Amino acid sequence: MSKPSKPLKQIHLAAHFPGVNNTTVWSDPEAGSHIEFSSFAHFARTAERAKFDFLFLAEGLRLREQGGNIYDLDVVGRPDTFTVLSALAAVTERLGLTGTINSTFNEPYEVARQFASLDHLSGGRAAWNVVTSWDAFTGENFRRGGFLPQEERYSRAKEFLSTANELFDSWHGDEIIADQATGTFLRDAKAGAFVHQGYHFDIEGQFNVPRSPQGRPVIFQAGDSDEGREFAASSADAIFSRYSTLKEGQAFYADVKGRLAEYGRTHDQLLILPAATFVLGDTDAEAQELAHEVRRQQVSGATAIKHLEFVWNRDLSAYDPDGPLPDIDPDPGEHTIARGRAQVRMYRDPLAIAREWRELAAANKWSIRDLVIETGNRQAFVGSPATVAKTIDDFVQADASDGFILVPHITPGGLDIFADTVVPLLQERGVFRTEYEGTTLRDHLGVAHPDAGAPGERVAS
Amino acid sequence: MSSSSSSLPASPLSSTSLHLAVALDGAGWHPAAWREPEARPLDLFTAGYWADLVIEAERGLLDFVTFEDGLGLQSSHFAEPDGRTDQVRGRLDAVLIAARVAPLTRHIGLVPTVVATHTEPFHISKAIATLDYVSTGRAGLRIQVSGRQNEAAHFGRRTFPRFGIEDLDMPGIRELVAELFDEAADYVEVVRRLWDSWEDDAEIRDVATGRFIDRDKLHYIDFEGRHFSVKGPSITPRPPQGQPIVSALGHETVPYRLIGRSADIGYVTPHNTAQARAIVDEIRGEQQAAGRADEPVHVFGDLVVFLDDDPAEAAARRARLDELAGQPYTSDARIFTGTPGELADLIQELAAAGLTGFRLRPAVVGHDLPKITRGLVPELQRRGAFRTAYEADTLRGLLGLARPANRYAAAATA
Repeated sequence: MSKPSKPLKQIHLAAHFPGVNNTTVWSDPEAGSHIEFSSFAHFARTAERAKFDFLFLAEGLRLREQGGNIYDLDVVGRPDTFTVLSALAAVTERLGLTGTINSTFNEPYEVARQFASLDHLSGGRAAWNVVTSWDAFTGENFRRGGFLPQEERYSRAKEFLSTANELFDSWHGDEIIADQATGTFLRDAKAGAFVHQGYHFDIEGQFNVPRSPQGRPVIFQAGDSDEGREFAASSADAIFSRYSTLKEGQAFYADVKGRLAEYGRTHDQLLILPAATFVLGDTDAEAQELAHEVRRQQVSGATAIKHLEFVWNRDLSAYDPDGPLPDIDPDPGEHTIARGRAQVRMYRDPLAIAREWRELAAANKWSIRDLVIETGNRQAFVGSPATVAKTIDDFVQADASDGFILVPHITPGGLDIFADTVVPLLQERGVFRTEYEGTTLRDHLGVAHPDAGAPGERVAS
Repeated sequence: MSSSSSSLPASPLSSTSLHLAVALDGAGWHPAAWREPEARPLDLFTAGYWADLVIEAERGLLDFVTFEDGLGLQSSHFAEPDGRTDQVRGRLDAVLIAARVAPLTRHIGLVPTVVATHTEPFHISKAIATLDYVSTGRAGLRIQVSGRQNEAAHFGRRTFPRFGIEDLDMPGIRELVAELFDEAADYVEVVRRLWDSWEDDAEIRDVATGRFIDRDKLHYIDFEGRHFSVKGPSITPRPPQGQPIVSALGHETVPYRLIGRSADIGYVTPHNTAQARAIVDEIRGEQQAAGRADEPVHVFGDLVVFLDDDPAEAAARRARLDELAGQPYTSDARIFTGTPGELADLIQELAAAGLTGFRLRPAVVGHDLPKITRGLVPELQRRGAFRTAYEADTLRGLLGLARPANRYAAAATA
């Protein structure tokens, strides 16, 4: 047998703290607090014990609503991202700390000093998942309200990030001498000086956080629109994408990596890391059975009705989740039933979807709840540890991703079984680290330190 | 020790116990502090530096530490950057320092400075609530305003005229400062409402109905003010203390009004007992005017301290630092130079005028903080004037403040 021509790719793994959505099962007796620090500390320590690259936190700045009421069926409530990540830096030593921070309802000076501070306080482990929004609904919690037209959200995000990079780069790292004998603390009185004049930001002055260990936080971009892909290719170190089939994954991977050349970047400078759920069992059959139970926990009768309302854009509370689908058609008007969630925009042609779902339900004798369970997102990886390890490895080696951001469905212990059973198998395969080799998140991910190249060049203007 | 003008509720400790805090800022409050042998100027931007300081403060059973912060480089000028290279410049975000040390400590309160002027009350409310979670009930904030032209330019959303400390009595400037403090009062109001926007028992996890929360126990705060409107509720559940501590520094009527209206602790800078008595009276008056006469509000005296076992040694050290700095050190607060015993005398004298606690600003933190924890504290303990063990797990508990009822829960049952 000939040896493979290509060396084995090393897999990158991250842990997504279970989120504010129905993937997270709170009704399970093992489900713990989503807000106590002990839950975050347990989760982070498990990820670090398993030598994961980083922990990932999502964010939403307004509680979701449906039918004019705060949505109450999923986990609700989460901590402030920066604050909990900084506390987690105290209970871990190597694990990367990735926070999702909105570029619409923040200002660059403040966000840059928060990320630079987090990077100092964690010894070089900070990462920023840059997200954008525009909706006036979320804006009601902030000074400027819903000030941003939808079509400008990426241009603001891009300029926000390039401005933050200018602030990170305003200190070069050699300014602080702190020579007690001569009394020179700073080499240069102009340390941190910056001027940025742009469409979204017109600011100048001096940045007040000296250069942090990583120079800049690692940058993540989420979202798979054309604009999002371009933004990632120009400015991100990693992309947080949706899990899909091997073929779709390969197509996405090729497309995004293909865009890098235009920005003078090579394939290894942008990692593709889809979010993926998992259910493990001793055998594949047991895992399948467990996965079905988890799906039923994720989709209660009440959740199924609410899910149908996204498509129908109507109040369906009178319907029995164990009964047939509604006879009435979706309201094709402006979407008003649910606010504060991205899911809504997935359904572009609700009439066609309703038709398709009715046919499926009739053919399979499915109730509303059955239909939502069967058509909704299934777990990405279901099987024995051996099966899941092989699936993950195959996916990465086939260039459908560079690794995964794993999303357990139980807080905080849902990652433990993966750490205990799958990680050792990936290590045996020689595709996952057995010890951290470096100290910074850039070291773990193998992405260049910004000081290695000319600062600022990576962001296309 | 208890004061006639204090409205603090009687507690077993109130007759003997003073409250002590330390204000942390870089290498210390003297601009040449970083040049002292005990200073670690190259560690100022590391977690280990801050952890060591807060652990030392906790060793001395202090109520809390504050962390200074600002949205621009430190400056010896009131109005603008000074371009100096011989003093510490640059700092880390105070909330994040506090969060970083929280898991490493058990009892001491953590009170970072936050700037109301350019930031979002929604973000700060959840940040301090989260600090309260990660410290299991030891969070507070110190609210500050910024009228600096250069700091406004870091945000580019508003502009201020350039003004110095000598301009504070000019008509336009007086109004601007009053407006900044009014905005800060609105800001605190929003932060506090958001902390209450979840009732304590809002999370129900009712498997039968599939509901994680009882949404009737979540509340819109619907705040509308001149500078911002905030809908709510918070994305973060009500923190362990219900209401973390709000504090502010003041030197005159406008900030005293903010303290009276909005704060749990005011830091003030009397230079003698007569001034202390007058300031406490003025704050009590503002408290009354704001309808808070029956709420306990602490008034802490700020003191800069140079401490040595021999008073001559402390004076010599101060002189040496002044010489390094090239000028005598001045401060808004009274500067104390002497022994821990003499400081204990001063503290007890000022406490008799109505101050309920003290926030000490160590001139050189590496030197004067251990003198506080290992010199002053044992001295006060010998006099029966300071705790000998932590008596509570939360900052409110240490300050003798009850966990407040939720304003919205009260409204709902009314």
